[in-house]
Amino acid sequence: MRYSLFSVLGQALRGQRDWTPQWRDAAPQEAYDVVIVGGGGHGLATAYYLAKEHGITRVAVLEKSHVGSGNVGRNTTIVRSNYGLPGNIPFYERSMKLWEGLEQDINYNAMVSQRGVLNLYHSDAQRDAYARRGNAMRLAGIDAELLDREGVRAMVPFIDFDNARFPVKGGLLQRRGGTVRHDAVAWGYARAASDRGVDIVQNCAVTGIRRENGRVTGVETSRGFIRAGKVALSVAGSSSLLAGMVDMRLPIESHVLQAFVSEGVKPLIDCVMTFGAGHFYVSQSDKGGLVFGGDIDGYNSYASRGNLHTIEDVMEGGMALWPGLGRLRLLRHWGGIMDMSMDGSPIIDRTDIGGLYLNAGWCYGGFKATPAAGFCFAHLIARDEPHADASAYRLDRFATGHLIDEKGMGAQPNLH
Amino acid sequence: MRIRCPHCGERDNGEFSYLGDAAPRRPDGMEASAQAMHDYVYLRDNPAGTLRELWYHAAGCRSWLVVTRDTRTHAIEAVEPARDVARARSSGEAA
Amino acid sequence: MTTLALQRAEAPVSATSADQPFRTATGGLIDRNRPRDFSFDGRRLTGYHGDTLASALLANGVRLVGRSFKYHRPRGILSAGSEEPNALVELRSGARREPNTRATMAELYEGLEATSQNRWPSLALDALSVNALLSPIFAAGFYYKTFMWPAGLWEKLYEPMIRRAAGLGRAADAPDPDTYDHAHAHCDVLVIGGGPAGLAAALAAGRSGARVILVDEDFATGGRLLAERREIGGVSGAEWAARAVAELESLPEVRILTRTTLFGVYDHGAYGAVERVSDHLAVPAPHAPRQRLWRIVARRAVLAAGAIERPHVFGGNDRPGVMLAGAVRTYLNRYGVLPGRRLAVFTSSDDGWRTAADAIAAGGGLAAVIDTRTSVPPHLRRMAEAAGARVVTGGYVAGAKGHLGLSAIQVVDGYHSTETIACDGLAMANGWNPVVHLDSHLSRRPVWDEAIHAFVPGALPSGMQAAGAAAGRFTLAECLETGARAGAEAATACGFEASAEAVPQTDPESVAHTPLWRAPKPRGKAFVDFQNDVAASDVELAHREGFRAVELLKRYTTLGMATDQGKTSNLAGLSIMAELTGKDIPSVGTTVFRPPFTPVAIGAFAGHHRGKEFRATRHVPSHAWAEENGCVFVETGLWLRPAYFPKAGETDWLDTVVREVETVRTKVGICDVTTLGKIDIQGRDALAFIERVCANPFGTLPVGKARYAVLLREDGFVMDDGTVARLAETHYVMTASTANAARVMQHLEFCRQWLWPELDVQLASISEQWAQYAVAGPRARDTLRRIVDPGFDISNQAFPFLAAAEITVGGGIPARLFRISFSGELAYELAVPAAYGDAAWRALMQAGLPYGITAYGSEALSVMRIEKGHAAGAEINGQTTARDLGLGGMLAKKKDYIGRLMKERPALTDPDRPILAGFRPVDPSDRLRAGAHFLALDAEPSLEADEGVMTSVAYSPSLRSWIGIGLIRRGTERHGERVRAYDPVRGADIEVEICSPVFVDPKEEKLRV
Repeated sequence: MRYSLFSVLGQALRGQRDWTPQWRDAAPQEAYDVVIVGGGGHGLATAYYLAKEHGITRVAVLEKSHVGSGNVGRNTTIVRSNYGLPGNIPFYERSMKLWEGLEQDINYNAMVSQRGVLNLYHSDAQRDAYARRGNAMRLAGIDAELLDREGVRAMVPFIDFDNARFPVKGGLLQRRGGTVRHDAVAWGYARAASDRGVDIVQNCAVTGIRRENGRVTGVETSRGFIRAGKVALSVAGSSSLLAGMVDMRLPIESHVLQAFVSEGVKPLIDCVMTFGAGHFYVSQSDKGGLVFGGDIDGYNSYASRGNLHTIEDVMEGGMALWPGLGRLRLLRHWGGIMDMSMDGSPIIDRTDIGGLYLNAGWCYGGFKATPAAGFCFAHLIARDEPHADASAYRLDRFATGHLIDEKGMGAQPNLH
Repeated sequence: MRIRCPHCGERDNGEFSYLGDAAPRRPDGMEASAQAMHDYVYLRDNPAGTLRELWYHAAGCRSWLVVTRDTRTHAIEAVEPARDVARARSSGEAA
Repeated sequence: MTTLALQRAEAPVSATSADQPFRTATGGLIDRNRPRDFSFDGRRLTGYHGDTLASALLANGVRLVGRSFKYHRPRGILSAGSEEPNALVELRSGARREPNTRATMAELYEGLEATSQNRWPSLALDALSVNALLSPIFAAGFYYKTFMWPAGLWEKLYEPMIRRAAGLGRAADAPDPDTYDHAHAHCDVLVIGGGPAGLAAALAAGRSGARVILVDEDFATGGRLLAERREIGGVSGAEWAARAVAELESLPEVRILTRTTLFGVYDHGAYGAVERVSDHLAVPAPHAPRQRLWRIVARRAVLAAGAIERPHVFGGNDRPGVMLAGAVRTYLNRYGVLPGRRLAVFTSSDDGWRTAADAIAAGGGLAAVIDTRTSVPPHLRRMAEAAGARVVTGGYVAGAKGHLGLSAIQVVDGYHSTETIACDGLAMANGWNPVVHLDSHLSRRPVWDEAIHAFVPGALPSGMQAAGAAAGRFTLAECLETGARAGAEAATACGFEASAEAVPQTDPESVAHTPLWRAPKPRGKAFVDFQNDVAASDVELAHREGFRAVELLKRYTTLGMATDQGKTSNLAGLSIMAELTGKDIPSVGTTVFRPPFTPVAIGAFAGHHRGKEFRATRHVPSHAWAEENGCVFVETGLWLRPAYFPKAGETDWLDTVVREVETVRTKVGICDVTTLGKIDIQGRDALAFIERVCANPFGTLPVGKARYAVLLREDGFVMDDGTVARLAETHYVMTASTANAARVMQHLEFCRQWLWPELDVQLASISEQWAQYAVAGPRARDTLRRIVDPGFDISNQAFPFLAAAEITVGGGIPARLFRISFSGELAYELAVPAAYGDAAWRALMQAGLPYGITAYGSEALSVMRIEKGHAAGAEINGQTTARDLGLGGMLAKKKDYIGRLMKERPALTDPDRPILAGFRPVDPSDRLRAGAHFLALDAEPSLEADEGVMTSVAYSPSLRSWIGIGLIRRGTERHGERVRAYDPVRGADIEVEICSPVFVDPKEEKLRV
C-alpha cells in the first residue's frame, strides 16, 4: 500500500487492519545475480539502487540478524557533506542530494531534517582549517558559512562563551546538514527494495564464500548454499571477518564507538553542534532526547559496548561546552562496531577475486553516506567500474599513496 | 576496562593509549620491499577473538605492553612488557 | 537509616485528616513529628520527613500527576520505586529545574517545589489531550507514512509541531549552579541492593573481614522489608534491617552507600554508581556536591537488586489510581498512606492477596479481589469477603473508568459476564521480574525460567553472582539464604574465611502465580508501555507490518525506550508478540538492557571537569612575569602561552606584534619556548637510534653541535620537526614541537622498546624539567653575556651558529645553551632547570635592558617564522611530505629510517603535488587569510581548478605588507606567477604573486654574525 495521509486516515477508520509487512521476509532462493551480504543501510540501499537504476532485481540481501540491526540503528543520525578533500567531497555531496529527495523517492518518511551542522572553532588555527574546508566545499558548489562568535551566539546562545577553558571563537556551518531518523532509513530502503523484487533474507548468516577459478560462485549460509553471479560485501564492522573467508586482509580495524541519548525534553537545540576543543557533538531528536557522542573508545573490539573512561570524556566535553546540561540525565548509552580504515576514508571497490565487491572502511561516516554508498556500490556492481563520485575509494590507494586522510593522522585507525 | 601493567599494577584503560595488532613486524633495513612495508603499515588480521596488541602506558611508566585480549569479551589473558616480547622474538629467530 | 526504621515503634502524632486525608492514623516509617511543606503545581501541601513526593501526593489525595508522551492521557503513580513510568515531574525551578523526575524517587524536603509537565494550560485541562481522540490515527509508526508532501514543509511545519508536542519536561534554562564530585573505591565484595538478600550478603561477607561496599538506591536501607508486614527471627522485617545496618556500620571494612544507584557494569570488575548526596535537600550544603559519581573496582559482586512487579495489560490500565500491588503495600506499610479508600485488587498470584490483607489491616476499604486463577485458598477468600469485598475468580479486569482518576473497573468473570465495580484504586499483581539489567551490561543474556514465568540471570560474567529476588528466588527465606550464601562465597573467593550462618526463621509465604499476559477482551486502549503510550494494539500493528524481532518491535513502536527503559513493559510486549507469532517468549527474544540502570545526570559524569577546569592548564615558567606585565595569553593545547605583551598606548594587537617583531629584528627579544618537547637520549647506541628515527643524516654531528631534525611517520609523511643536539659522546637532546611533544615521545619509546630493543639507548622526557627561552636579535649575544658565567666563551668564533653546550649562568646555575634560530636572527635558546625558570627570565629581561629588550609571544614568533618560510603546524598537518615542505633535499639516502620506503609511493612523489611557496598580495593593501584556495586567474571556481591552499599568513613589519606561505602545485617552478587566493567563506578573492617562501634574509647572513 502506498503511504500517504489518505492511507493513514483510511486505516485509522479501519482499525489499522489492512497494513501488510513493510518488506517480504523472504526465504532464500537457490541462485541470484547479485547477493549482497549485510542487511544494514548500505546493503539495502545498494539493493534498491541495483533494482531502480540498473534493473537488476534477481538480488538477495542476506542479513544474519534482522534488517537494520547493525550500525544504521546505532549512530547519532547526523548527515552532512562538509568534507575537505577532493576524494570525499563529491561523494558526500551526492549523498546529501540523495537525502534531500529520499522520502519522495522511496515513499517513506525518514524525517530528513536539514537543521544545520555547526562545527565550533576555538583558535585562529582551527578557524583557518575550517576556512580551508569551507572554501573547498564552496568550490564544489556546496553550502558553507564561516561564522564569527556573534554568529554562533545567535544560533546557540546557551553555550559557555564567558567561562570556557577553550573559548568559542566561531564556527563552520553547513545549513543543509542535519539529521535523519536512522532506523527509518533501513526500513524505508528495505520496503522499497522489496517492492522492486529484491529478496530480503533475515536470520541468514554467511559462513563461507565459494570460489572457482578465481571467481566467486556463491555463499555458504546458515540457511544453505546460495549461488550468486556477484557477491557484494557491505558488513561494516564485520568486513575483516568476511574478507578473511577468502584469505583477504584489509586495511581495517574494528573499533567500538559509543553513542548516548538523554531523557526527552522540550526543544533545546535546533542544530547539530560539534565541540572543537573536546570530543562532543550533539543534536536533539524529534522525540526530545539529546543524541550525542564523542570519540571512539580506541581499541579493537567486537563487543557493542564501551567503557567509563570514554563516557566521562564525552560528558566532560558536553558540560564544558554547555553547562546547562548538568541536570539533564543520560538515558542510555551503547556501542557500534566501526570499520575503521587506515586513512579514515572508505573503500568501494572490486577485489582481486572476480565478482567479489567490497564496501567497507566507513569509520563513523557510514550513516550519512548510506544513499551514496548504495548508489555508487550498485553502479560498481552493475557496470563493473567505479562511479565517478566514488572513484577515489580504491583498495590499492594504500599502495599507491593516494590516501584520503582528512585528519592527517596516518595509518592509525583509532585516531581518525 | 582494567589493564594490569607489569610495572605499575592494575590501572584504568584511560591511562593507556593504543596502537593495535602486535603481529606485524617492521621489515627493517635497506633491502626491505615496498610490498612488505605496505603490508606492515596497512594490513591487519582484525580477528573477533584473541588478539595480541600493543598498548602504551602513557600516564604511567611509559612502557609499551603486549596485551593478549579477546576482542569479543574484552577479557585479558596476559600483559607483557613489549620489550621482553620483542627480545624473545629476536632471540628466537637467532636460535 | 536506623532511626527511620525504628520510627515505627514510637507513638505517632496523629495527622489532621483535612491536612492529609489519605494518611493512616498510625504506622509507617515516616516521622510524623517532622512535617514538610511542599508544593505541586503551585498548590501548597504537607507531608512528612521520610515521605517521597509520591507518597506525600497520595497522602493528600493527589492522584493525577502527569500527562503521557503522545496522547497526553492523565497519569498517576504506578509504582513506588525507580521503575516509575508515569509520575514524572519537574522538580525545583530555574537553573535547578530537573525535568522527568520520578516522584517515587524524590525524597520530600521542606519547600520542595514540583510541577507537572507536558500539559497546557493545566494538568487537569490539557489541550493536547485531543491527541487521545486522534489515537486511531497516531498508531505506532504513523509518522513514517505521512508528512512527506510537500518536502519543504517538514522542517518548516511538521517537525517543529512534532518537536513541540514531544519531549516531556523542560530542561533548566541556565548553567547548573551545583557541583559534582568523583570518587574511586576498591573493595573485595560489592553488594548491589540493600534488601534482605543484599543485607544478608553484606553481613556474611563483612563478618569475614572482607572489604565490602553495599550500595542501595533507596534513602532507607531494607528494600521490601520496609514495605511488607513480615517477620524475621521474631522481629519485624524493618527492625531486622535496622539491626543488620547497625551491625554493618560497626564493621570497619564495610561501607554503606545509600541514595546510590549502581548504574553500570563495565569491564574487569569496574562499576559505575551515582550517589545523590544532596538531592534530598533544597540546595546542597556549602561546598557539598549535588551528586557523586563512584567508580568502584570490585573483585566480586553480589547482585541483589530485587525484582520489579509486572502490571496487567487491560483497557484503561493507565488511569490514575491503577497501581502495582507491591507499590500499594509500600504506600500502606512504609508511608502510612491509603492509595484508595475503596481498593480493588487484580491478581494472578497469591501476592495480590497480601495487598488485600494489608489494605484491610491499614483500615482501608477493600472493594474487590479479582483473581485470574480459578482456585483460590479458602482462607484468603474468607478474609476478603469478611471485609465486604466482592471476590471474582477465574475472571479478569477488562477495563477501567474515570477520566482523571479511577472510578470503577469492568470485570469479566469466569462465565464471560461483565460487571462494573466501583473503586478508587486498583492494585495489579501479575508476578515479578528479577532485575536482570545489570547482568546484561557485559553483553550477557538472561534466560527464561518457566517455573516463575520470568527471565533470570544466565551465565554471569566472572566475579558476579545473583541472590534473592534478583536471582528469581522470591520468598523472604530464600532471599536471606541465597544472599548469605552469595556473600560468603564472594568473600571466600577473595581469600577470607566466611560462612553463611543459619537463616533466621521467617513467617511462611506463598509466591505461586500464573501470569495473565493480557486481558483477552480489553475495553479501551490497553497499555503496555505507559510512558511512551504503546498499547497492545501497537504491538499487533508491528506484528502485522513485519516488525516481529524484539529489537524491531522496540524501535518501531518505541516500546521500552522511555525514561524507564521498559522496566514495567518489556516482558508484556514480548509476551504479546509471542502470542501473535505462536512462539514461546524466550524464542521471541530478550531486549538487551543498556546502561545506565536508571538515568544519570550528565553533570555527575563530568564531575569537576567543566568551565575553566574542563582540562588542566599548563603555565610556562615565565607565566608570573607575563601576568605582571599585562600579557595576553592564548590556549595552545593544554598550555596557556603568552601571545603578545601590549604596552601602554598600543590599541591593537597588531601594533604590539609589530613592535615586538621590530625590536627582535633590530635589538633583542626573549620568548618562552618551554612548551617544546625535550627528550634526553643517552646510551652507547644513541646515535644509531637517532639515525633510525630521523630522516636526515646525523653521523657527522660532532659533540657540541645541534642540527635540524625531520621525523617521518612510517607511512612517509612528516610527523614533526625539531633539533637534535649532541652534548657528549653518547648524550643527545632532541626537541619536538609543542603540539607533537607527547606523540613524538610515545613514538620514540615505541621504536626503542618494540622495534629495536637490542639498541643500548635510554630515553627520558625532560620537557618539564627545563625552562627554555629563545634569545633573539642582533643584541642577543650581548644580553646573554651578562648572565652567562665567566669562563664560558660565547663569542661567534667559540660558539658559532648551531653550537650547543652545557654551561652555567648566574653564578653556577647549570644551563644548556643552543645557538639555533627560528626567527632568522642571531639567536640562542637557553635552558635552565625549571625551578630557576622565573629567575632566569627576570635576569634576562634585566640583562637586556640596556639593549632595549622586549618579551615577545607566540604571535611575533609566528610572524618571524613565516617571514623565514619555516613550516609549522599548519604546514606539518600530517598530509604533507618532506618534499612538499621544501625539505626533500636534506633526507638521507644511505640509511634506513622510519618512513623511508613509504615516502616513495607514486602519489607522494608526484611532481604535481602542492609544494611550499610564498605569497604576496599584488595590491599591498590587501589582507591575506589562511585557508584561501589558489585558482588560476581566469579559472571558474571548481574543485578541479583548485591548485592549493594558503596555510599561514602574517603582517610582515619587515616588508610592510601581508605575506603568506602555502602549498601550491609545482610551487617552486612558478615564482613570479599570479594566482587568485579564493576565500568565499570570508568573502575575499585576492590576486597574489607566488614567490620564495623566505621573505627575510634569504642568504641567512643575520643568524651567523
